[in-house]
Amino acid sequence: MSNPSAARAKPTCFQELILTLQDYWAAQGCLILQPFDMEMGAGTFHTATTLRALGPKPWYAAYVQPSRRPGDGRYGENPMRLQHYYQFQAILKPSPADILERYLGSLQAIGIDTTLHDIRFVEDDWESPTLGAWGLGWEVWCDGMEITQFTYFQQVGGIEVDLVAGEITYGLERLAMYLFDKKSVYDLPFNRADSDVPLTYGDVFLQNEREQSAYNFEHADTEMLFRHFADAEKECGRLVEKKLPLPAYEQCIKASHAFNLLDARGVISVAERQSYILRVRELAKACCETWLATQKEAA
Amino acid sequence: MAELLLELLSEEIPARMQTRAADDLKRLICDGLKGAGIGFEKAQAFVTPRRLALVIDGIPAVRDDVSEEKRGPRVGAPDQAVQGFLKGAGLASLDQAEKRDTGKGEFWFAVVTKKGGPTADALPAVIDGALKALPWPKSMKWGSSTMQWVRPLQSIVALFDGQVLKGEVSPGGAMAPIAFGDTTRGHRFLSKGTFEVANFADYVAKLRAAHVILDAAERKAIILEGARKLCGEVQVTLNEDEGLLEEVAGLTEWPVPMLGSIDEQFMDVPPEVLIVSMKVHLRFFTTSGANGKLANRFVVVANNVARDGGKTIVAGNERVLRGRLADAKFFWDQDRRTTLESRVPGLKQIVFHAKLGTQAERVERIVRLAGEIAKATGADAAAVELAARLCKADLVTGMVGEFPELQGVMGRYYALGEKLPAPVADAIGDHYAPAGPNDRCPTAPVAIAVALADKLDALTAFWSIGEKPTGSRDPFALRRAALGVIRIIVENRLRLPLRPFLEVDDLLAFFAERLKVQMREKGVRHDVVDAVVSLGGEDDLVRLLARVEALQAFLGTEAGKNLLTAYGRAANIVRAEEKKDKGLAATIAGAPDAALLEQAEEKAVASALDEVSRAVKPALAAEDFVGAMAAFAGLRGPIDALFDKVTVNVTDRPEIRLNRLKLLNQIRATMDAVADFSKIEG
Repeated sequence: MSNPSAARAKPTCFQELILTLQDYWAAQGCLILQPFDMEMGAGTFHTATTLRALGPKPWYAAYVQPSRRPGDGRYGENPMRLQHYYQFQAILKPSPADILERYLGSLQAIGIDTTLHDIRFVEDDWESPTLGAWGLGWEVWCDGMEITQFTYFQQVGGIEVDLVAGEITYGLERLAMYLFDKKSVYDLPFNRADSDVPLTYGDVFLQNEREQSAYNFEHADTEMLFRHFADAEKECGRLVEKKLPLPAYEQCIKASHAFNLLDARGVISVAERQSYILRVRELAKACCETWLATQKEAA
Repeated sequence: MAELLLELLSEEIPARMQTRAADDLKRLICDGLKGAGIGFEKAQAFVTPRRLALVIDGIPAVRDDVSEEKRGPRVGAPDQAVQGFLKGAGLASLDQAEKRDTGKGEFWFAVVTKKGGPTADALPAVIDGALKALPWPKSMKWGSSTMQWVRPLQSIVALFDGQVLKGEVSPGGAMAPIAFGDTTRGHRFLSKGTFEVANFADYVAKLRAAHVILDAAERKAIILEGARKLCGEVQVTLNEDEGLLEEVAGLTEWPVPMLGSIDEQFMDVPPEVLIVSMKVHLRFFTTSGANGKLANRFVVVANNVARDGGKTIVAGNERVLRGRLADAKFFWDQDRRTTLESRVPGLKQIVFHAKLGTQAERVERIVRLAGEIAKATGADAAAVELAARLCKADLVTGMVGEFPELQGVMGRYYALGEKLPAPVADAIGDHYAPAGPNDRCPTAPVAIAVALADKLDALTAFWSIGEKPTGSRDPFALRRAALGVIRIIVENRLRLPLRPFLEVDDLLAFFAERLKVQMREKGVRHDVVDAVVSLGGEDDLVRLLARVEALQAFLGTEAGKNLLTAYGRAANIVRAEEKKDKGLAATIAGAPDAALLEQAEEKAVASALDEVSRAVKPALAAEDFVGAMAAFAGLRGPIDALFDKVTVNVTDRPEIRLNRLKLLNQIRATMDAVADFSKIEG
């Protein structure tokens, strides 16, 4: 194990939590990447996870990913639910033998003292029907609260992985609420209390939650979204034909988000729902296969 | 005699898989030892969240040579057979085999000696075989491994007679082999580094010193005793729960029970909601007060000894519970602002099954069925109609959306809150019952009608789209539904013929099958159930069971046993004759001709049969099965005498023979009217 970062003191606000995790995982040899610049439901959709989990090349990376779940919008009225929130994701491929110890080191770094808390690994198998991906792992509990999702990837895009990636996903708002003892996400200190302009999470995002919820549930133009879905699906297929998996995969992400919005608008019946999920999965599968071919060529 | 100690250390094994895995490991290693001709005295398996361990005592340190004889092909057999024999026996040529006359000709024999030697040499292969064969319900690869295990396998202790066995497991890929060793680790947080172990006793002691209780039974005892003690200190009673205890023992290597409190503000939320949050989601034990009601204390079992005595852990768990209960309380308050009736249209949005439409359509069917059932049982039609229409309305409440396991329960609370009649509310709450063989059955007339309608609709609906249970596959729990129907009818002694509700005979047969299974579990002889079921056509379960009970009781009496023997003799003779003469069955149907009855014994049987028939018919009509069986008792004497004195197959007088066969056949027919005695196993 590389030397864990000792430089940073225990985080006191949301942004220090992110900085601490970045420092820590950088010290573990991870690339520190930036968020993928498209709307997606979870950090797993980032090419740094979905595509890099496939193929024979080792890959250590960590990044924050803004995650959008239109159906989870609550107009800013629920203290724990957001339609836009942040995940911090570390992916280590192949998973090193001491990956759990490294993960526990990250808890220590953000101020969870294992001599005071009860950390538990509770069985939780992960599956993403839209990505055709699954893995085994745990929910990590700290005193009964789920603070991390830990998964050993077994399949992505319906393809069995060559090397198993260990994926560690922290729900940052939830973790911060726990660390900073806040009942509402909107009360989280975003920066330090002693900053020139101390701001809360609510100062930054409350209006966004209200407006985006109204958009997701009331105003999203469903005809346009159906069109976007169809366009993205078509474009994805065309790009797969051209052996351009990265642009093709962006179209897959677009289709997935359009579907999520349509789902939130309540215009997709239960019966149709399954077929949309399958259509996105087909796209993801095609992208993954094309990507894998490029990886094996290069290898 | 020596001891084998095996430990497989891995990352955290799901609690639900642990016991089974320990048993499998023990079975596979023991089978492997037997296969290798290695004896042993006693094997014990253990499991914690991170390790499977096995100790086997009484293994001989050295294996004796074993010679074994193999018989080969006949001398002069084709070369192919000879070569096969040589290969199988490990011989180079026939010079190494010997000819022997077995009395049935000359054969080749090989005497193969399996070399004995140190047992330690044979054990690694046994262990390797067991590890490869161990069946995890779900397993995975890790790193660059090609091997699969439940979670990454970290180290292996394999000691025989205090010595490390030579062996290793190769995960494959670029990964280093995991060599057998004598080194393990203790508790993830309460112990640091590795330590060596010398034998099982040393292993258990060092684990304990490293904060690992190896034996799950001991962990369970620690949890239970600790939890009881904590409860005693605050005058509440622990709600013991074996399943939860088992699971929590599987989540902890060093269990530490701690007492927490529920915020008073949540105590007016229905207890079922609190219990789901605590027990199912957080694995807390709930407690009861002196009045038997849910108390505001819970027991959480940590896997750590915290330096603040657990204050932080308890506070954290209380906080998580508070978060969940705040949600639940929000839904509880919110949901009660809307009536169940006004939620009914929302059921159109919930698909029950792609081929069977929405929950709204299902409710329509349940309303209709429940109405028909109410007509037959005399339940209050208006109440049944209302309860049936509202029974699924809670599916669109916030609470059931968040806690699906509370369906029905919440509907009942909301109905009571709206001041709907109690029988209607109870029927909504009870309509999924019974959920299993040990669950309570509804007993109130309205609840019975809706609960039956719910299950009968599920059965007929899934049957109509060809979704019948097969083998171990029963995704829609139709067996449970059928059993529920049976229990509700039988336990409430409902006179409700099922046929009008089942539409297809196939489904009635499915019920008969379920009934047999259920009766067998209750200790009723399956042949007795068969004898009644195979009469066919009976769709009144209460009547059917009364007949089964009467028959079982009758067969338990001396008269019953003797009569069964007599029946068997009569039936055997008739059957044997029927075999010889295909047309006989038709000829001997019906009553014997009184004029052709010659001997007194024949006449006595005939008149006894008449008498029995006269007594049995009204008894059957009155469903007095005990009376009907009792009437048979009078048959025994005359039939015994008949077999003593009368020859049936009088070959020279065919008309007499035929008449006597008619008489025997009549015995069979008279008894078969009550039950098919041919199904009874002597």
